[in-house]
Parts: sequence; structure tokens; C-alpha cells
Amino acid sequence: MEKVKQKDLILYSGLIILGLAAPYLFSAFKVQLTYLCVLIVLAMTWNLQGGEMGYNTFGNILFYGLGMYLTASIQVGMFFPLAEWTESGGEKTFVHTTSQYFQGIGVGLLVSAIVPAIIAGAIGYAILGLRGHYFAICTLGLGIAAGEIAGGIEIIGAGQGFTTPPFPAEIVDTEARGKFFYFLSFALLVGTFMFVKYIYGSRFRLILNAIRDNEDKAEAMGIQTMKYKIVGWMCSAFFCGLAGGIMGGLIGYIDSTDVAFDGREMGVFMVLMAILGGKGTLWGPVIGATLFHFFKEGLWTLILGWQYVALGVLIVVIVVYFPEGLMGWLREKYPERFGEVIDEKDRKAQVELK
Amino acid sequence: MDFLIFKAPMLMVQASLDGILLGILFALIAYGMALQWGVMNIINIAQGDLVILGGYIAYTIYLWGIHPAWGVIISPIIMFFVGWALYKLVINKVVDRDLFISILATFGIAIVFQQLMNFIFGADVVVAQSEYGTTMLFDNSVTLPNSKIFSAFISVLYAIALVIYMRKSKLGRAIRATAQNARAAKILGVDTEKVYAATFGINAALCGIAGALISITLTLHPYVGLPYTVRSFMIVIVAGLGNLPAVAVSGMGLGLFEEFADYILGTEFRIGAVFLLLVLILVYRRFKLSKKREYLK
Repeated sequence: MEKVKQKDLILYSGLIILGLAAPYLFSAFKVQLTYLCVLIVLAMTWNLQGGEMGYNTFGNILFYGLGMYLTASIQVGMFFPLAEWTESGGEKTFVHTTSQYFQGIGVGLLVSAIVPAIIAGAIGYAILGLRGHYFAICTLGLGIAAGEIAGGIEIIGAGQGFTTPPFPAEIVDTEARGKFFYFLSFALLVGTFMFVKYIYGSRFRLILNAIRDNEDKAEAMGIQTMKYKIVGWMCSAFFCGLAGGIMGGLIGYIDSTDVAFDGREMGVFMVLMAILGGKGTLWGPVIGATLFHFFKEGLWTLILGWQYVALGVLIVVIVVYFPEGLMGWLREKYPERFGEVIDEKDRKAQVELK
Repeated sequence: MDFLIFKAPMLMVQASLDGILLGILFALIAYGMALQWGVMNIINIAQGDLVILGGYIAYTIYLWGIHPAWGVIISPIIMFFVGWALYKLVINKVVDRDLFISILATFGIAIVFQQLMNFIFGADVVVAQSEYGTTMLFDNSVTLPNSKIFSAFISVLYAIALVIYMRKSKLGRAIRATAQNARAAKILGVDTEKVYAATFGINAALCGIAGALISITLTLHPYVGLPYTVRSFMIVIVAGLGNLPAVAVSGMGLGLFEEFADYILGTEFRIGAVFLLLVLILVYRRFKLSKKREYLK
């Protein structure tokens, strides 16, 4: 046991050092690395629902978009009138000072973590009572409805979008913006990973698994399943909101359906990444997101214009032929590595049965 | 807030008529979805995109100089084979599996369809002109495009034809048998694989008809498929599988809701209202069932 822990320690410290050094090593790819961190966070939080709890949600994008709008609105609204800002390119008339910018984004991120979590808790009782595909379709509707409604609200820019405050011009260092957002997202990633890892070692995960495997039996065993389902969703909403807030600042422009409540891209990506890596595992979503991001960035420019076709085909291929993902495939191949004990006799008997 | 619709009663008549005629069209799409859901246990997210594709087929023949109304005959024939091919390529691999897999797989198909339509037909909003004129009612205060009446009429016609076909024909009997018990049907000599392919093809053909009608009554755009999927899903969960009168009634109800939402909330919230209604209906049914300690299955 002791040896394994030491191995883990080396792995994690190595990854953290790599993560901290990354913006200096690959300084041209800071934005991509920030994207990667956010994608991993989204995949890991999706995995809590889709992988661990068996509730395949398309609705986590709701919290992501909500976080994005909340952070930007608060960052502006704390110092300037929000309506004027969104009405006529406010970033030209109103300028955030350095301290205002950081104060704004700090408070904004705080709110964008807490409010989505509260909303998840509020709607959780109603929505999480649905099961299986009804839940999937309901959350799909929720995400798209949010996008359509946000696109009709004047004060957050309606259909023409919302320009988030530009990075303060007083900071002369041109690298500062990229580094700031990278370290912010990296901190979020580390926080999310630690939290999810903690969950993986706790009774909470076992309960989520019980819900996934047979909710009625779990309930019959005396587990208040609804309570745990809601708490699980609130945790996801917390991190999704933060991820959205960071992305809003990084992209610099919020559109209701194409950036914030982007069910066609982010909403599908998070599902796809988790499935690609292997849902229901700690490392699956991380590996899946990394692979997916490399694949996407490598191929997107080569097949310009055809990327959505490729994405659609990729979804079909992964879902139809590869539903267990990379980790599931490895587990099938090397079950011993995953701590599964196999009775040789039993295995042979099963083979004969087939 | 004062709403125009409550001040002018004629607008209400207008909205009601529009809604009912539109709802009949929705019911046709929903019937296709109920068919494949009931028979194959598949939720097809690409349903709306099949509709739009059917619409573009009618639009294409309109561009060739043929009257777009012929689309209601040509489009379903082409779409039947599109559906058949789609079944052979992808759907047959997800029929017996978890519903979520079929949702995701058809989601992927929907994205591919959207993008391909975007390449082929362009990203502009298009409409095929039927030049049927309009009917004026109540001293010209209610305008009713004849194309909408035409589309409702054709929808009803096809729905009746399909019901008769399902009752009387051999394939119809095979489809109903498979829906009741696929295994038993197989034992009794029904080629279920063929039945599934035919069901998906018929569903696609229904989408083709609806699409052709949409191309003359509403507008077409590569990315507006998903709302049609959600509408038909909504109608099916309200009406139940294989209950045609209920499908028709709830389709009209949805049409009415949409038109009134359009007037009261504003056009920008129309699609949002549709999706929100879906969430509300599901939540309502969930609470109603949870009183009996049951859940939506």
C-alpha cells in the first residue's frame, strides 16, 4: 500500500509541476491549455452524473452558461450601469481599472459558483425525479431553453451578445492575460480533481453507484436517494459555473447560444469526452478530454468547414462502437491492474457457456 | 403589462386558427416518432433534421421549376430510402441497446445532417412559394394562407392513409406484431430486421411529407431541426405511443400554445417557450406519478 501511495505522490507532483510550468514551456499555446483545463473540469463534473450516478445529463451546460453570464454581469455591474454597457459597446466608454477588474472577477466567480449550485438544488428535486432518457431529454430542453431565453433578455445583451470587460490596459505585460486565465483555470482543475478524488474515496460515491445500478433497491436499503442526487448535481453545478466564468473572461464575448449555452459544442463535448475516456472512472474523463482536445485542435484546422461533420461522425462511432471508452477497454484487457480478482475457473465456465 | 392579443379578439381567432393548422403538421411528425419509439424503442433526435431534409428536397424541386406541392409525393419517396439507409448504417446497431445510446447516436447523426444541409443548401432562410394566395375571414381581419389549409389537409390525408395501411397490409400487421412482442414475432416468422428498417423508412417518409409542407407554409433553415424533434417528443409523451387521435389533439394543443406564446411573450421567446414547456410537462408528470410512488419509464 505504502509503495502505491508513493507512486501516486510522484505522479501528482509531477503533473502539478508540469501544469505550473506549461505556460512557460508552451507559451504560444496558453489559450489552448486554458481550454484544456476547462474541458477536463467539465468532463469530470459530467462524469459525476453520467458516469457515477447513471443520470445522463445534457443540462450541465446550463450552469456553465449561467456562470459565464453571472461573472461578466457582476464584473460590469459592480462599477458601471449594466444596461448601458450591453446596449452600446460599453467597453469603449467605461474602463475598468486594474483593481476594479480583479475585484470584479473575484466576486463574479464567487457568485458564479454559488448561484448555479443553488439553482441546481432548487430545480434538482423536480428534474432528478425523472429517470433514464426522460431525464436526458428534459435536461436537453432545459439547456436549450436557457439559451433561447437568455437571447431575448435585453439587459445581458440579448441576441447581439455581451462583451466581457477587457483585461486592464494598465498591465503592460502582454503575456499577463494568458497567464492569469491559465493559472485560474489550472487552479480550478486542481481543485476539481482533488474534490472528485475525495468523492471517489468516500461513501458518497458508493451511494451514487448504488443509484446508478439500481435506484429502487438503493431506496429500499434506506438510502435517501433524492438527497444524494441533488447534492451530486449541486457539486457539478458549482464547478461548471466556475468554469463558465473563467471561459467568459477568456473568450471576451458572450453569445447566448453560441458561447454560453452552447449545447451544440460544449454541451456535447463534455458527454463525448467522458465517454471517450471511460465513464465511471477517475482518470477516464481526464484522458478523454486531453485526447479529444488534441484531436480537435489538430484536425479542426485541417478539415476546416467539415469539423461538425467529423464531430457528428465521431459521436456516432464512439457511442456505437466504443461505449465503454478507453478505460473500459483497458479494464477489459488488464483487469488485474484495476484491482479486480478473477477466478480462472469462473472465467472458463463463462466462456463455455457462451 | 398590456397584451395586444387580449385587446383585439380577432387576433385570438387568428392565433387559434394558425395554431390548429400548425398543430396538425406537428402531429404528423409526432406520429412518426411514436411509431419508431413504439416499434424499435428508439428516440430519434435527428427527427427534426429529417423533416428539414425533406423540406429541402421539396425546395430543390421548386428551384427546378416544379411546383413545390409535388414535394409531398416526391420527398417521402426519397426520404424513405434515406431512412432505410440510415437504419442499415447506424440505427440497427443501437436498436437493442440502452436508450441513451440511441439518443447520443442520433444526436451525432443530427449534427452531420445539419452541417451537410448547410453545405449543400446554404445557411440562408429559404421558403418555397406555393402561390396559393390567402383566404380572408371576418371582414379581412383574419388572414389565412391557403398553403396552411392545404398542408393540414394533406397531413390528415396521409395520416388516414397510414392508419389504414397499418391495419390492413401485411407489413402493417408485421410492424404491429413486432411492436407488441419482437421476440414472439420473430419466432412466428416475421423478419424483424426488415420490419425495423421499414419502420424507420416510413418514419423518415412521414418526416419528408411534413418537411415538404413546412417548405411552403413556414421557413427552412439547416439548424432549426431540433425544435421539431422536441415538439414531436413532447406530443408523444403527452399522447402516449400509438394513439393517433390523442396525438392529433395534443399536436393541435401544442400549436395553439405556440401561437399564443408568440403573441404574448414575443417571437424571440417562442422556441424558448417550447423547450420550457417540455421541461414543465415532464416535471408535471413526474410529480403526478411520484404520488403513486412511480416514475416515468
